[in-house]
Amino acid sequence: MRDRLWYGVFLCGLAPFLWLVFLVVSDGLGANPIERITHFTGDWQLNLLLTTLAMTPLRRLTRKNVFIRFRRMLGLFAFFYVCLHFSTWLVLDQFFDWDDIVRDIAKRPFITVGFTAFLLLIPMAVTSTKKMVQRLGPYWRKLHSCIYVIGTLGIIHYLWLVKADKLVPIIYGSIFVLLLVLRLPVPQWLKDLPPLLPQTGNQPG
Amino acid sequence: MLIKRPPDIKPSEITSLSLYLRRREFLKDSALAGLAIAGLGASAPITAATAEKLVNIRKSPLSTNEELTPFEAVTNYNNFYEFGTDKEDPAANSGKFKPHPWSVQVAGQCAKPGTYNLEDFIKPHALEERIYRLRCVEAWSMVIPWVGIPLADVLKRFEPTGNAKYVAFTTVMRPNEMPGQRRAVLEWPYVEGLRMDEAMHPLTILAVGLYGAVLPNQNGAPLRLVVPWKYGFKGIKSIVKIEFTENQPPTTWNISNGQEYGFYSNVNPEVDHPRWSQGKERRIGEFLKRKTLMFNGYADQVASLYTGMDLQKFY
Repeated sequence: MRDRLWYGVFLCGLAPFLWLVFLVVSDGLGANPIERITHFTGDWQLNLLLTTLAMTPLRRLTRKNVFIRFRRMLGLFAFFYVCLHFSTWLVLDQFFDWDDIVRDIAKRPFITVGFTAFLLLIPMAVTSTKKMVQRLGPYWRKLHSCIYVIGTLGIIHYLWLVKADKLVPIIYGSIFVLLLVLRLPVPQWLKDLPPLLPQTGNQPG
Repeated sequence: MLIKRPPDIKPSEITSLSLYLRRREFLKDSALAGLAIAGLGASAPITAATAEKLVNIRKSPLSTNEELTPFEAVTNYNNFYEFGTDKEDPAANSGKFKPHPWSVQVAGQCAKPGTYNLEDFIKPHALEERIYRLRCVEAWSMVIPWVGIPLADVLKRFEPTGNAKYVAFTTVMRPNEMPGQRRAVLEWPYVEGLRMDEAMHPLTILAVGLYGAVLPNQNGAPLRLVVPWKYGFKGIKSIVKIEFTENQPPTTWNISNGQEYGFYSNVNPEVDHPRWSQGKERRIGEFLKRKTLMFNGYADQVASLYTGMDLQKFY
C-alpha cells in the first residue's frame, strides 16, 4: 500500500512544514516571526482543506479512484496544519494568557469561528481510521459532512480578519464554492438534453 | 535575495535633499556623496550602511531612550498599501518610486498658500532626531529614530487664519510607480487629518529621514507625518498637499471602515478595535507582549488636548 506514490503525496503534504522549519532555523521569518508563522500555517490549513475537498470532484470528473486513496491523508494534513496554527496562537502569540484567550474566543467573532472550526475538526481526525469507519457505519458519513461547515467557517475566519484587502479570502471562498457545486448531482434536464450533432454546412458552397 | 536592476534615475539627475542640506560641505565631500547617491539609484536593498546620510541633526529631549528597533525591521516590515498590502511589499515594490524632485502644495485657510519645492519647504528648519514609539493599530510596535522638523514650525510659516481648525494631508497619486494604487483596496489618494492643536503639538513632526539617513521609499519618502500618540496609519506618507480647513477633513481608513477607524485614532488600550483587543502589543523583536500605554505612553504631554472628550465616542 505504501508505494512510491504514497510517499510522494506524503512528502508534498509535509513540504510546507519542512519549509517553515527551514525558515525558522535560517532566521528567514522577517521582522514579526510569530505573525508570519500564524499566517503561514493558516494558509496551509486552507490549502490542504481545499485540496482534500477537491478529491471527490476530481474522481468524478476523471473516473479515477486514485484521488480517493489520498483523501484521508490530505484531510489529516489539514488537521496537522490547523493544530500548528492553533498552538501558534495559544503558545507563541498569547503565551498561555488564559484570560485573554477565553475573552478573545468569546468576544472576537473571527476567533470564535476559527476556534469552532478547529473543534469540529477534532472528532473528524479521531474517527478517520478504518476501524472507526466500520464501527460508525452510516454515522461516519454524517459526521464527516462536517467538513462543509468547517470549510465555511475557515473562510469566514479569514474574511473577517483582513483589514481591507479581501481579494485572497474571496479567491479561497470561490474555490470552495466551486468544489461544492461540483459535488451536486447532474440535474435531470441536463441529462435529458439531446446530444450535440456534428456541425455541418457552415462553409459557403 | 538581491535583484539588480538598472537605475531608474540617472545619478546625475538627482538633486537630493541630503545633498542640498549639506551644500556647504559639498566640495569637501563630493566624492563620498556621489557614491551614496549612486547607491540610491540602484534598487538594491537599502541597509543602514548604504542609506544616504543626513547631517547636522540635533538631538531632542522629546526622544525616548528605549532600545531601537533594528533598521532592517523598520525598513522591511511596513504598512504602506500604495505599494501592496503585505508587510514586505513596500520594500519590494517601491524601487521605481521617485521622491526627487518633489513639491508640496499648501492650500486653504492661510495667508501664504502656494507650491513649494521640498528643499525650500525644509530649508528654514533645523533637522532634529526624534526617537519615538510607533504603535500600529494591528497591535505591534517599534521604536524608530526619525529625523524631521516640528510640524508647528512649518505650519506657522504659512500663517494659518483664524478659520483654520484642521489640517488635511494628501499622499501623492502615482499608480505607475505605486502598484498598490492600481487596485481600489482603499480610496486613493490616501488622505489624513489632524485637529489644529494636534498639528501644532511639539511632538508632531514631519519626518524626512530615519536612522540619520534619508527616508527610504517604503517608509514614506520624501516627507511623512509622525504623530507618536496616534495609531501608525495617521502618519500619512509621501505628502504632496497640506490644506488648512475649517471643517474636519475626511480620512482614508475612516472612509474604508468608520466603525473601526475614527478620526482621532489615539492609541488607547481601553477602546478595543472591534475585531481585536488593543490592550497589549508586540514590540517587534520581542517575544512576550507588553501592555499598551494610554496615548502610547505620551499621556503626560497630550492628554490635556482631549480633556472633557468621551474617548469611547471620539475613537
